Formats: sequence, C-alpha cells, structure tokens
Amino acid sequence: MTIQHRYDPHRKWEPRQSGGGGGKTSAMIASLAAEGYDAVPAPFGHALVEEAKKNDRIVGLTADLAKYTDLHVFAKAFPDRFYQMGMAEQVMVSAAAGMAREGFIPFATTYAVFASRRAYDFIAMAIAEEYLPVKIVCALPGLTTGYGPSHQATEDLAIFRGLPNLTIVDPCDAIDVAEAVPAITAHPGPVYMRLLRGNVPSVIRKHCPDYRFELGKAKLLRDGTDVLIISSGFMTMRALDAAVAMEKDGTSVAVLHCPTIKPLDVQTILAEAGKSGRLVVTAENHTVVGGLGEAVASTLLTHGVTPQFRMIGLPDQFLDAGALPSLHDRYGISTEAIIRQVRGWL
Amino acid sequence: MQHERSAAMLSNTSLARRAWEIRRKAVRMGEVQGQGYVGQALGVADVLAVSYFHALNYRPADPEWEGRDRFLLSIGHYAIALYAALIEAGVLPEAELETYGADDSRLPMSGMAAYTPGMEITGGSLGQGLGIGVGMAMGLKAKGNLAFVYNLMSDGELGEGSTWEAAMAAAHHKLSNLICIVDFNDQQADGKSTETLSAEPLADKWAAFGWHVQRVDGNDIDALVAAFDAARTLQDDRPRAIVCDTVMCKGVPFLESREITHFVRVEADEWQKALTVLDETRPE
Repeated sequence: MTIQHRYDPHRKWEPRQSGGGGGKTSAMIASLAAEGYDAVPAPFGHALVEEAKKNDRIVGLTADLAKYTDLHVFAKAFPDRFYQMGMAEQVMVSAAAGMAREGFIPFATTYAVFASRRAYDFIAMAIAEEYLPVKIVCALPGLTTGYGPSHQATEDLAIFRGLPNLTIVDPCDAIDVAEAVPAITAHPGPVYMRLLRGNVPSVIRKHCPDYRFELGKAKLLRDGTDVLIISSGFMTMRALDAAVAMEKDGTSVAVLHCPTIKPLDVQTILAEAGKSGRLVVTAENHTVVGGLGEAVASTLLTHGVTPQFRMIGLPDQFLDAGALPSLHDRYGISTEAIIRQVRGWL
Repeated sequence: MQHERSAAMLSNTSLARRAWEIRRKAVRMGEVQGQGYVGQALGVADVLAVSYFHALNYRPADPEWEGRDRFLLSIGHYAIALYAALIEAGVLPEAELETYGADDSRLPMSGMAAYTPGMEITGGSLGQGLGIGVGMAMGLKAKGNLAFVYNLMSDGELGEGSTWEAAMAAAHHKLSNLICIVDFNDQQADGKSTETLSAEPLADKWAAFGWHVQRVDGNDIDALVAAFDAARTLQDDRPRAIVCDTVMCKGVPFLESREITHFVRVEADEWQKALTVLDETRPE
C-alpha cells in the first residue's frame, strides 16, 4: 500500500514569487475581523468574573490553558475558585463533573481539539448522561489557528452534535461571547461553547444595534431578497461583511445568525428558509460534515422546505498549516471567498 | 460536620454476617436474572461490609443527605454487589431485589446514578470514577464539608490512563478526604490482570504518585477494618489508597475452585446450590 503524503516530504523550499502580504500573519492567534471594528479584550474572562460575583457556585477549571482561554482573568479575581488541573483533560472534565455533583457550576476550559477528541467519553458519561451543569468552553474552534490538524478543531461540532443532553453554542463576536456566559450559566444542563479569545472584535451590534444573544434562538441580523445566509460563529462576521459588499453590486443578502447549534432554532430557520425565491446558504467555521450546514439541511428536508441550498464550510480534509488569512481564503471561509462562491451560485 | 452512625451500624450484627448477607442477596439477584457479575460480588462482599457497616457515614432513609460519605462505584458492572449492600444497609427495600435487571427496574445490571438511590455516579466506562471522586473531594473541601469520598475501582481500571491523571490530581490538590479502594482480584475481561497489563508493583505506584497506601487481604475483615480506620484517621494531607487482594467467588467453594474468568458462568441449577452452600455457612 502506498501512503499518500499531502506534501512531498522531500520538497525543496523556495521563496514566494510575490513577496507580499500573505504568510506573515502569526500562525496562532490572528485577528479575525476586517478593519473598522472595535476589539474587546478577553470578553469570556471578564463576563465570567461578573457572573461569578453574583453566583458563588461558579468555579473554573483548566487543563494548563488558562492564559489561552481567557480563564486567567477569572483565576486572578477568584484564586480560591480556580482549579489548575494540569495537562490532563480527562481528569479535568471528570473533576468538573464531581464538582457539579457537589452543587457547583464548573466552567472547564481547554482547546476544542482536546475536549472533543481526547475527553469525549468523560464528557459523554460523567457529564452529559448525568445532565450536570458543566460548561465546557474551548478555544481554537474550527480553523482559528495555523498550527495544523493537531490544533484545528474542524470536526468538534460533528462530534458533539451526536451527544444527547448537550447544548452547543458557537458565538460570533465579543458581545456574543460575553452575553452567552450568563445565559449558559442559567441553563441547568451541560454546555459546550466554542470560544474566541484574546482581543475579540465586536461586529454584530455595528450592523444590528438591538441584537442580543439568546440561548436557543437564531436572529435575523439583516434582511434581503436574493440570498439567505444562515451562519454561526465568526462566519456571521464574514456573512455580514459579504452582505454589505454584495449590496453595492445589487445583490440583496439576508443574514440569519444561529449561535446555538443544538438545540437548533428550527422554527426560525424554517420560517426564513421557507420564504420563496432566495438561495439559502449555510456558512460555518467547521467541516461540511456534521455541522450547522447538515443540521439545517436535514431540518429543511424533513419539513418539506426545499429552497435552492448550498453549504460553505471547511472541506472534509486535514487542513494545511500556515497563516490564517491565506488558509481562510484557501478553504473558502474568507469574506472574499464567500462572495465568490455565492456569486457563482446565483 | 457531626459523624453519625446509622442504626444498622450500631447493631450487634457482626461484619462477617453483613458480608454473608451481601453475598446471599447478590446470588439471589443472579438467580433472578440467570446471570450477573456474581464472582466479583462474592469477592468484594467483605470490602462492602466493612465500608457500609463500619466506615461510611450515611442515613439509609436519606441517601442524598449532605453530610454523607460519598461511595462511588466506578466499576458499574459490580452493581449487583452494591445493590446487595444497599439492601442490607436499608437504603433499598429487599423486595426490590426481585426486579434486578428487569425492564423499568431501579436496579439495572450496570450501576447508574439516575436509576438507584445510593448510587452516586454512573460507572461502567472504566477509569472515570476516580476523576469524578477528585472533583467531589475538591467540592467538599471548598464547602468545608468533612465527609469522605470513597471510590471503589477494579484492578483492570489501573490500565486506564485517566486513573493516573486522577491519582496525580488528587495528590497535587491534597485531597486527604479521598479514599480509593482497589479490588484486586487479578481478573479482567481477557484474563488475569497481571498477565493482561500488569500494574505491579502497585503499592509502590500509588506511593510514588503521592498517596498513602495500604495493601491488605480483602477477604480478611479484621485487616480491612484496620486499613479503613488507618485511612480515615491519618493526619496528613495525602489521598489514601487501600489495595484489597480478593478472591473471586469467595464463600462458595465450588465456584471458587472453578476455572475463574471475568464473567463466571453459573448454570441454571447452580444458583440454588450456591444459596444452599451459603446457608450452611451463615455466621452469627
């Protein structure tokens, strides 16, 4: 049997011809937003501190990634309520389950790859099957790092969507992250939330000043007559930017933001997708296998709603390492790539 | 928090008799269903008798009493043994024994927290109990609750990496309120655990992970009482392990002498035979 390498391991390095732009951005935490948006530092950490001031059942646990999940803000504010579990994700989520059994509301943080791939059985049996109020909050969802497949959680939603009892949240921006914290705290069961950390842009309110995050609700951020984009996570930023750009050449694009992946807001999705004459496009920072796109597709089909339908998402592959902006463009999830794809389908 | 003794613990019934009652009830459940992990139940009965009638602090009528010691059954398939102990302790009514493993029973064949009063966690996916115990012990300390967490695990679970993640965490967080009991019957699904994936030298391993460790004959009630007392009264901040070497099928010689496997096969007519053997050896 011949093993297919993605690259020729003996290939020679050659300098880029163009010499400009692409490739220079940090591989790790690149800015996700286009220019013109304000950034909010550590929205998760600060929101959790505010919530913990009001609710003494909240504790924080991490598997050696407090600084990289913004939980260090909580650890500094509440050192006695913070548990450093070391690089040991299985005991971190098990211990979170044990603390929940003792009446606490544990927020457990790591990277999305480690929660979904390494700790899955422990999340399934110790937390989800027991319907315990553990909130698993994970940085680096989807393609938000150029470190390659070891750190790119391109299938976390697919893994977790099959898990009964689990609520799944994919917030878009700093406001979404901050407003999701009290919402998931109030939810009595377990939650998996994808996290944007560091300086997180604030995007939705600029387009839609009245927007508020509500657990389980999809929100129409702008209306349009030609295309309906149903999106989650930072792909909603991309969809909004794409919609503004396409308006200039006469294409009217609606954006339905769907930050709760499970349970899906079936009613709103059916109502919007059922309006005739629009191309329906899902957009997600996740493989096209098993994420928002397939969830929406099965919802539409099983309810007899059959618009023209397309999916934007990551391909069913292990993705390349590299710089984030060029990777987003290569794999079709940059604003420009969205515009290119939608135009091609119209 | 005040240490209470249930009425059952204050009675004059000997621990040997308690262990016998647990064995008999487990065999009765095996007879009801025609199957069950009765070999493990017979082997661990003395450990459970000392746990529930000497060491643990609990209220039979209030299994969720905040002051109780938490007893976690990491090995979900040992549920048949724990149900027998919970019946003997008065947490569950004896009549319910007849429902073991049946549809809609509160006594499913693998232990689950949502089904059974007194069952603290859902075990069965092996290697999870100790980590949950770590979190419960951290939670109790945070609340200032002086209760202990006991985690009963098997030698097979020593192969799971998560067990050792939890062992490190317990020592690091100074969980002196966590007691891990290892039922070492040297059997797991594919054969003897020492030949499947040996955890020896086991006492040295726990000690190296920062635990206080004792290794005792898990079918010797006096030795178990001494070990549980030492674990509960130790005045330092280490978590405590008690490795209990037990004999599968203990108390029923014709099963003990059979070629022992993880799932001991008992023929239909042998359940009554096992009960008869037990009845002939009932302690006072």
